[in-house]
Amino acid sequence: MAMNEPQQISVQELIAQKSNRGLLAFTEKLIPKILFLIASVSVLTTIGIVFTLIFETVTFFTEVNIFGFLTGTEWYPFANSTPTYGILPLVVGTLKITGIAILVAVPIGIATAIFLSEYASDRVRRFIKPILEVLAGVPTIVYGFFALTFVTPILRSIYPDIAIFNALSPGIVVGIMIIPMIASLSEDAMSSVPNAMRDGAYALGATKLEVAVKIVLPAALSGIVASTVLAISRAIGETMIVAVAAGSTPGFNWDVTGSIQTMTAYIVQVTTGDAGYGTTIYYSIYAVGFTLFLFTLAMNMLAQFISKRFREEY
Amino acid sequence: MTTIVKPEVKTAEKETVKKNKSSVYKTEQLNLWYGSNHALKNIDLDIKENEVTAIIGPSGCGKSTYIKTLNRMIETIPSVKTSGVINYRDKNIFDKEYQVEELRTKVGMVFQKPNPFPKSIYDNIAYGPRIHGIKNKKILDQIVEKSLRGAAIWDEVKDRLGENAYGLSGGQQQRICIARCLAIEPDVILMDEPTSALDPISTLKVEELVQDLKKDYSIIIVTHNMQQAARISDKTAFFLNGEVVEFDETDKIFSNPSDERTEDYISGRFG
Ligand SMILES: Nc1ncnc2c1ncn2[C@@H]1O[C@H](COP(=O)(O)OP(=O)(O)OP(=O)(O)O)[C@@H](O)[C@H]1O
Ligand SMILES: [Mg+2]
Repeated sequence: MAMNEPQQISVQELIAQKSNRGLLAFTEKLIPKILFLIASVSVLTTIGIVFTLIFETVTFFTEVNIFGFLTGTEWYPFANSTPTYGILPLVVGTLKITGIAILVAVPIGIATAIFLSEYASDRVRRFIKPILEVLAGVPTIVYGFFALTFVTPILRSIYPDIAIFNALSPGIVVGIMIIPMIASLSEDAMSSVPNAMRDGAYALGATKLEVAVKIVLPAALSGIVASTVLAISRAIGETMIVAVAAGSTPGFNWDVTGSIQTMTAYIVQVTTGDAGYGTTIYYSIYAVGFTLFLFTLAMNMLAQFISKRFREEY
Repeated sequence: MTTIVKPEVKTAEKETVKKNKSSVYKTEQLNLWYGSNHALKNIDLDIKENEVTAIIGPSGCGKSTYIKTLNRMIETIPSVKTSGVINYRDKNIFDKEYQVEELRTKVGMVFQKPNPFPKSIYDNIAYGPRIHGIKNKKILDQIVEKSLRGAAIWDEVKDRLGENAYGLSGGQQQRICIARCLAIEPDVILMDEPTSALDPISTLKVEELVQDLKKDYSIIIVTHNMQQAARISDKTAFFLNGEVVEFDETDKIFSNPSDERTEDYISGRFG
């Protein structure tokens, strides 16, 4: 056996025998170029979308005064005689949904994350985490019907004044929809806080809660806030739930019991209706879409900023 | 290595004080298992107050396990089972009604790798007092200064108390951790290889510190460094395969050990 005389084998010689050196060098050069091309596709698509948005939005503003659009409190694009395009009612509708969703999702999401990361045993965590991820993958139309046929009737049985279509029910359900996202991402952030830090606090006589709230939470804060902001940006862009359960009555008020319309729901209404190509209404969905895009862009930038700014270095 | 002589041996002085020292920790027939791995076997140790007790022994012999059992930090590992008794100041810490937070308030710990919190230097030191209800800013200021002085790092950090502790060097971080531990004025300080991640100068500083702290605290220190054990400790316990082979005056262990295995270990013949 060759094994008996190891001095016969020279690893360096075997390495030198490797034959396809030229081909390897070639592919090594080629691969980054191919990968760059593939990556460009997604970037170019995004740029294309943004440009279409901007282009059609500009067309819209040749027909509608931009100042009136940004400050107007009446949104009646379908009015026969004098349609008005004041976007604030749609913005307010979106904010109502988002606000309610935040109230529901942030406390529950972060509490869930604290439980999973600091209290739950490995077995419980391994059981609950996948459930959260499945919940995050439920199609939003399902949530929409859940809001309309389950949550709304319950709300109406408690407060009969609530309309069939209202902001409260879809707001709550959008909140439920983003809980898994907040919980799961926050749990990741908290779990990645080194155990050595927890030990340092336990060794000083800290209780579990004190360790969770005063050590782990601050250390994971940037991740938690960033995940929350991302979830909020999803709530702002959420479409099906509000299209199904929130109604289609744009109003400039803070009432959450009546029918509202969000920016997304308006876009659905127009695209599923029969507004002809080239009409002002057709162009208005681009203006609304662009506004929505600016909102979510701002949220994503905020998330970026926060995760940089509030990072506790360790 | 056999010829290590402990510097400044003041045997006579030590003999006189020894008589009236009381025990802080009395370990009786302690056994510990990680799952089925029997990591500590029938440990009996009587640790006196205001002394430095060194724990030495080869890697994997159970030093860290033992020291973590003393403040019940070992319980963070779910598979751990124990039997036997550890009396801290005459109370069995394994008793059901024993408050583990109370124990850890009395028994501080310094870890092998410096583990400051990702907070300012000030907040690191003030963390312990704060969780135990001290909110007064003036008192906290005093505690922070006193603890940092106690850990011999005040002069280095007094102008940057608001900065993140992770901006300090490893040796400074370790002294911050010692200061953090001093801030709640514990009775005992447990140290698990506190200098193994430090350079010789920082090591020396920490060693001097330990000598200093002995006046007010009982210190139990795990170390792989024979000279260190000889330099700074009064008693030394030699662990091997989860058992205490020998526990005696440090001078005796290093000059005239009674067990052959101790002799082999300190002279570097195995481990
Ligand atoms: N978390 C753990 N789970 C299971 N077994 C462990 C765990 N920690 C330690 N052990 C085992 O317990 C025994 C003692 O380990 P311990 O860490 O106490 O050794 P040590 O003396 O501190 O060693 P070192 O000098 O390398 O730090 C070893 O056999 C080790 O494998
Ligand atoms: Mg160890």
